[in-house]
Amino acid sequence: MTLSPITIFRARRILTMNPARPEATHVAVREGRILGAGPLEELAGWGIYALDDRFADKVLMPGFVEGHSHAAEGTFWRYTYLGRFDRMDPEGKVWPGAQSIEDVVKSLQQAERKLASPTEALAGWGLDPIYYGDRRVSRADFDQVSTTRAIGVMHASGHILNVNTRALELAGLLRQGVNHPGIPLGTDGLPTGELKGPEAMTIVGAHVGFDREALANDEEGLRRFAKLCVRQGVTTATDLANLLPDDAVSMMVRVTGEAGYPVRIVSFRRFQALTPEQVVDIAVKLKAKSTDRLRLGAIKLFVDGSIQGFSARLRWPGYYNGAPNGLWYTPPEAIAGLYRLALQKGVLVHSHTNGDQATEMALDCLEGALLDQPARDHRFTLQHCQLADAAQFRRMARLGMCANLFPNHHFYWGDQHYETTVGPERAMRMNACATALASGVPLAIHSDAPVTPLGPLFTAWCAVNRRTASGRTLGTSEAISVPDALRTITLGAAWTLRLDGEVGSIECGKRADFAVLEDDPLEIAPDKLKDVRIWGTVQGGRPFPANGV
Amino acid sequence: MSGIGSAGRLPVTVIGGYLGTGKTTLVNRLLRAADGRRLAVLVNDFGTTPIDRDLIVSSSGDTLEISGGCICCSYGSDLMDTLMALPGQRPDIERVVLETSGVALPGMVASAVTLLPAYRIDGIVVMVDAETVRQQADDAYIGDTITRQLAAADLLIANRCDLVDEMSLQATLAWLALHNPTARILPATRAEIAADLLLGVRDGAAPRLSTSLTTPGAPDAATLYESLALDVPDDLDATELGRRLSAAGTGVLRAKGILTQAGNQVALHVVGQRFEIDAAPPGAVSGKLVVIGLRARLDREAVSRALQPSLSTSLRRA
Repeated sequence: MTLSPITIFRARRILTMNPARPEATHVAVREGRILGAGPLEELAGWGIYALDDRFADKVLMPGFVEGHSHAAEGTFWRYTYLGRFDRMDPEGKVWPGAQSIEDVVKSLQQAERKLASPTEALAGWGLDPIYYGDRRVSRADFDQVSTTRAIGVMHASGHILNVNTRALELAGLLRQGVNHPGIPLGTDGLPTGELKGPEAMTIVGAHVGFDREALANDEEGLRRFAKLCVRQGVTTATDLANLLPDDAVSMMVRVTGEAGYPVRIVSFRRFQALTPEQVVDIAVKLKAKSTDRLRLGAIKLFVDGSIQGFSARLRWPGYYNGAPNGLWYTPPEAIAGLYRLALQKGVLVHSHTNGDQATEMALDCLEGALLDQPARDHRFTLQHCQLADAAQFRRMARLGMCANLFPNHHFYWGDQHYETTVGPERAMRMNACATALASGVPLAIHSDAPVTPLGPLFTAWCAVNRRTASGRTLGTSEAISVPDALRTITLGAAWTLRLDGEVGSIECGKRADFAVLEDDPLEIAPDKLKDVRIWGTVQGGRPFPANGV
Repeated sequence: MSGIGSAGRLPVTVIGGYLGTGKTTLVNRLLRAADGRRLAVLVNDFGTTPIDRDLIVSSSGDTLEISGGCICCSYGSDLMDTLMALPGQRPDIERVVLETSGVALPGMVASAVTLLPAYRIDGIVVMVDAETVRQQADDAYIGDTITRQLAAADLLIANRCDLVDEMSLQATLAWLALHNPTARILPATRAEIAADLLLGVRDGAAPRLSTSLTTPGAPDAATLYESLALDVPDDLDATELGRRLSAAGTGVLRAKGILTQAGNQVALHVVGQRFEIDAAPPGAVSGKLVVIGLRARLDREAVSRALQPSLSTSLRRA
């Protein structure tokens, strides 16, 4: 039998996440997997090898695992980026953040000049007017760009769409008497152009170019998403809520199976408008279609909405500004039924809970399901779980529930949480990474891209520094150390996906997935963690330089 | 209320209510009793709302063809898309019945529907389980969802009345009235509600009274309702009649009459405590009134009093 060739990569430093051998200088790879990490003389024992020096001045880490993102981040780059902060697109171009509404309008005007037809729609994304003072964006702002084509700009949160007059006209909403809580009216009695909530957004979305069908099965988006992953050192990324129709699955199997596709995609089937029996059956069938680079068969469930959209379910005393409690997206009976059946069939379930009441209910449902259907290693995970308190983390630990927290929220919306949504005390303890670790809850942290930019090192920086956009520090007692943060974006996230035996550390037998860094995250100052430069990745033994994707 | 401006818009009846309140049974009943109406019944999903097999003529994707010209569509995550596409796909549809998910707030769903120029809200029907609703309303998790659901109703159906004794039923009905003082409340068993009571709740369109209901005193399937067919003095003031029939205590759930006012035929529609006056459909015969109420609650005396010439009219005549 002839063995496949061995490549030994030499690096400045390899941070393995393997406690038995935390650091190494060389890593040997065969057939896309790791033979071992250690000194060259040890690895030479595996047989004839080729020494690859290209990473001699780089730092290798296990490839980052993004435990909560959406491949739609790749799709959104077909639209004009209009966020407040600089953001890198899949091709590596950094789009400057808009400092004012005037900047937003200017960027739209630039994009508008490239359109040939006078009626073609123009769409943008990433808008975050909370940074521009009290003034709301209105249709008059975007009418400066065009009155003949429909223009729509999605907010960063994904919960609000701002449009121009033409878009309202096309959707039949430029009329008196519109009576909907998500559509503010101007002094003229007509909608101002701000559309909040999925229904209002859907009606106008199609007219401004947010085509749902394209979003659902977007081959180009999946390719772009992979490029973003390479640029951020990510080798395994979740696509956390997909309806996964057959044609989308076929496309995903084909694209991720191409020789040059650089990421392992873990796509979860969204539980919506189905019975627990149906969705578990679908998940079991999907699992059989999994490949190395497309993992299927897990279920994503929405328990409540979002905190900044006031649709998260909060326990007493509710929202700081007195807003009424949020919405349940799935009834408790359905959650309990799903948990029970999924435990029985060994299907993984991740549950979106933003508010602490949603978290409490998910825990109640899991506790009941576990009594009926004991399962020792289910890895059920609460996604976001932003407002959980210490008692809830203790309970999660007892029930074997994992948490994937959302520290990026501190940076982007922490000031809003402090001032408006949940108030100072709960804003300080939100995304309580330190409490989770101290309670023994398996922990991951995430970006929820495209809601915030994909970038595990940035997310780690948020968990370590807990700084808001305005410079406020939210709850230093919940800050975690750099080594802990690095563990959560590798092994921690892998654990929640039941992939910790395959990825998340650099050790014998695992996939040869590496994040290749120019700077050493353990040497750089903790408040500079987000500035670590990334060369690219190695995925399944295949090097992918960021500047070559 | 007025039907002006809403002509040509498809009426939508929103059916809300928590899990297990009987929404699926009700939807199946409506399809079974469509009686020539071409309904599009939109459900969240066929799995959570199974449609009786014998009703299904054929199925393709998210749409079932139902015997008698109705269709049933599952909208899943795309209610608005489904509604936007419907008139183009099925121009023959006359009316939409929209079943919400168990945790949805029907008032919010209705307000979203009004954003679409092709539709208008005909009524919000919310079903509750007469046995468990008060307990559910106290639940730490779903309590406020239940009370927000029932507060949005035009018509509350207290279903599963067979499971509760008379005393607790009365207490539950009183409790419901407290939480939504303007809604009409119908007790029911196995969701046995005549389609005429559900469809056209805020409707300017002519209600279609089924044969059983146009026969005076004839019981409907549930023997819960009775109807009266009456002659109305042709020149009786329609507004005054509407006011009287919709007054508290009459027990009138629905009424429709055709009268002649200053030489023009008008149709009077009474729905619980609301009424509206509309142009009469062509070919209508004046001087007829049909009144429907709960058996044993319909105050026949009050109805006949309502038909007496009003004081103001008599004074004017004198």
